Amino acid sequence: MIKFILKGLLRDRSKFLFPVLTVFSGVMLTVFLYSWMNGVMTEIIRTTAHFQTGHVKITTRAYAKEEAQIPNDLALTDVDSLLTSVRLQFPDIYWVPRIRFSGLIDVPDEKGETKKQAPVFGIAVDLTGKNETENKILDIENKIVSGRMAVKPFDILVSTLLVEKLGITVGDNITLISTTMNGSLVMWNFIVAGTVNFGISGLDKSFIIADFSGMQKALDMENCAGEILGFFKNDLYQKEKSSEIALAFNSNYNDKNNEFSPVMTTLYNQNDLSSIIDMASKFTGIIAFIFIGAMSVVLWNSGLLSGLRRYGEFGVRLAMGETKKHIYGSLILESLITGIIGSVIGTIAGLAIGYYLEYKGINMASMFKNATLTVDNVIRADVTIYSYFIGFIPGICATILGSAISGINIFKRNTSQLFKELEA
Amino acid sequence: MNDKIIETEKLLKEYPMGHAVLKALNNVSLSFDYGEFAGVVGPSGSGKTTFLNIAGTLDSPTSGLCRVLGQNIESLSSRNAAELRTKSIGFIFQTFNLLPAYTVFENIEFPLLLLKIGKDERKKMVADALKWVGLSDRSDSFPKDLSGGECQRVAIARAVVKKPKLILADEPTANLDAENSHNIMRTMRNLNKELGITFIFATHDEKVMRYLKRKITLVDGKVDNDQITEESDKGEKL
Ligand SMILES: Nc1ncnc2c1ncn2[C@@H]1O[C@H](COP(=O)(O)OP(=O)(O)O)[C@@H](O)[C@H]1O
Ligand SMILES: [Mg+2]
Repeated sequence: MIKFILKGLLRDRSKFLFPVLTVFSGVMLTVFLYSWMNGVMTEIIRTTAHFQTGHVKITTRAYAKEEAQIPNDLALTDVDSLLTSVRLQFPDIYWVPRIRFSGLIDVPDEKGETKKQAPVFGIAVDLTGKNETENKILDIENKIVSGRMAVKPFDILVSTLLVEKLGITVGDNITLISTTMNGSLVMWNFIVAGTVNFGISGLDKSFIIADFSGMQKALDMENCAGEILGFFKNDLYQKEKSSEIALAFNSNYNDKNNEFSPVMTTLYNQNDLSSIIDMASKFTGIIAFIFIGAMSVVLWNSGLLSGLRRYGEFGVRLAMGETKKHIYGSLILESLITGIIGSVIGTIAGLAIGYYLEYKGINMASMFKNATLTVDNVIRADVTIYSYFIGFIPGICATILGSAISGINIFKRNTSQLFKELEA
Repeated sequence: MNDKIIETEKLLKEYPMGHAVLKALNNVSLSFDYGEFAGVVGPSGSGKTTFLNIAGTLDSPTSGLCRVLGQNIESLSSRNAAELRTKSIGFIFQTFNLLPAYTVFENIEFPLLLLKIGKDERKKMVADALKWVGLSDRSDSFPKDLSGGECQRVAIARAVVKKPKLILADEPTANLDAENSHNIMRTMRNLNKELGITFIFATHDEKVMRYLKRKITLVDGKVDNDQITEESDKGEKL
């Protein structure tokens, strides 16, 4: 009997084609949107981690509270020994010290007078030390447009748009005007070693990268650091594991009565990223739900329409001795089959688009022009194992729901009435 | 044990019509013996289809008694009614109502699937039915490739393939030309003789009436006349 139903279904294109196409498009969109959103979220998390939050971050308790102001006067002290001990305690994590800073860049003319000025913000990372960790994390070498990597403590890398704005070139001297850890004004000279372009609208406007040891000297932060960031070695944020690490660290170091004791926060708990991450995981449910709803309505209506056409068929089948329940069941079975077929081909198509955009990416620079979010201008889809299954939820739910609702009409109608519709 | 295949007593079927009621069947008391080749005749709207549908357990009367194959249809659950139809009743319609997505063979096979008959036996039974209606060579055709006469013969094969006790045929010739009408009437009369299947028609077609051994005339839902015509073979000569 199932074979019989299947045969009829596959041969009758009007029964089959429209529902399959509906499911196909809905599932394709679901799979693609899911993979796309996944890509967006992965990208936001990745760049935010790299430039701002790390996967975990150590600061003083006081610094953590006012982080937005970059309060370097509340920086961690005795950083060398702290680094040594966290590297020992958590060897699976890359630990890197950083100083964030902001200030004014002053470009002098030949006479030493101010030619141009611009506000900047930047990070100081270990560029001149022995290990290449920061270069790897931030992929700096590949982002250099002209000039070279910083190799001396007072070499500095300047973002391309800022270079344009200031009218400077590689090799020029510039002065950073900022405040030291003690709160006094400082003017320090740097040499532009290279220009960088990260392809992140939020950064490329007025960003500089300095060497950590150089900036320690410039801002009077000997053996101090604003922050120590920790990164998982596979560069993927792991929510549970980072919480465990933070818990272990804090039970050791965090002292509620000492505002200068170090505290570790996870990426999830910083910068309101939690709401973005939570939204992303809800988003998947929301798309699935929207498509279940939309496709159900479409399939319900197409079920009603094809139901009208099929009253003749139902009438004959009843006359031959099928019960209404059996016919209803066979309608559900038909819809299950269409749902599965539509979901399979829809998933294949959605994955194809997803993989293509994972490989190609779309440049969204114009959209991010005024964004403060650090997110790469080129967004790629991210196909995960879930992309393979997510489409089946709306695909199959919607077809079954659609035909379950439209099929109720069989019960509403009198059997003899089904024949009347035929004779008309 | 009841020796009548259909027996009705004071059958009443009403439909609401605005404030009034329409009596589609009004006090119909009839009985049919096993093996009859009979017809309910009368003008359009006289209640023929309503009667057939009730006798076929597809509809139920407003009041009165209807016994089919020994079963009181009023007391049948919808499942038992379906079972009775599956096993013992075949239907033939004016509009053929073949399932368009299935071949001739599969259309005829369908009632046997409902009876859960094995594959080999199904094959044999369908082949027999095709032989009875003279369509053995169209087994793999689809309904859209058949003429009206051929379609109706497939419908007959579908109704008789399970060798039911009773076949109810509602205006089977209404969509056929004269030649095809005579053809299928002859086919059905042969099946009636050879297999002993009871045929009850609803018709207002003179060509059909000539073949009937018994004609019950309905007028406005009432039995107007119930007559036996022994000279039923004369239709063949026309
Ligand atoms: N479902 C229905 N609702 C209302 N009136 C109906 C319905 N079915 C049949 N009738 C009426 O009952 C009468 C008998 O109909 P029917 O049995 O189809 O007649 P026949 O088959 O002899 O042409 C007609 O007047 C018809 O309009
Ligand atoms: Mg009628």
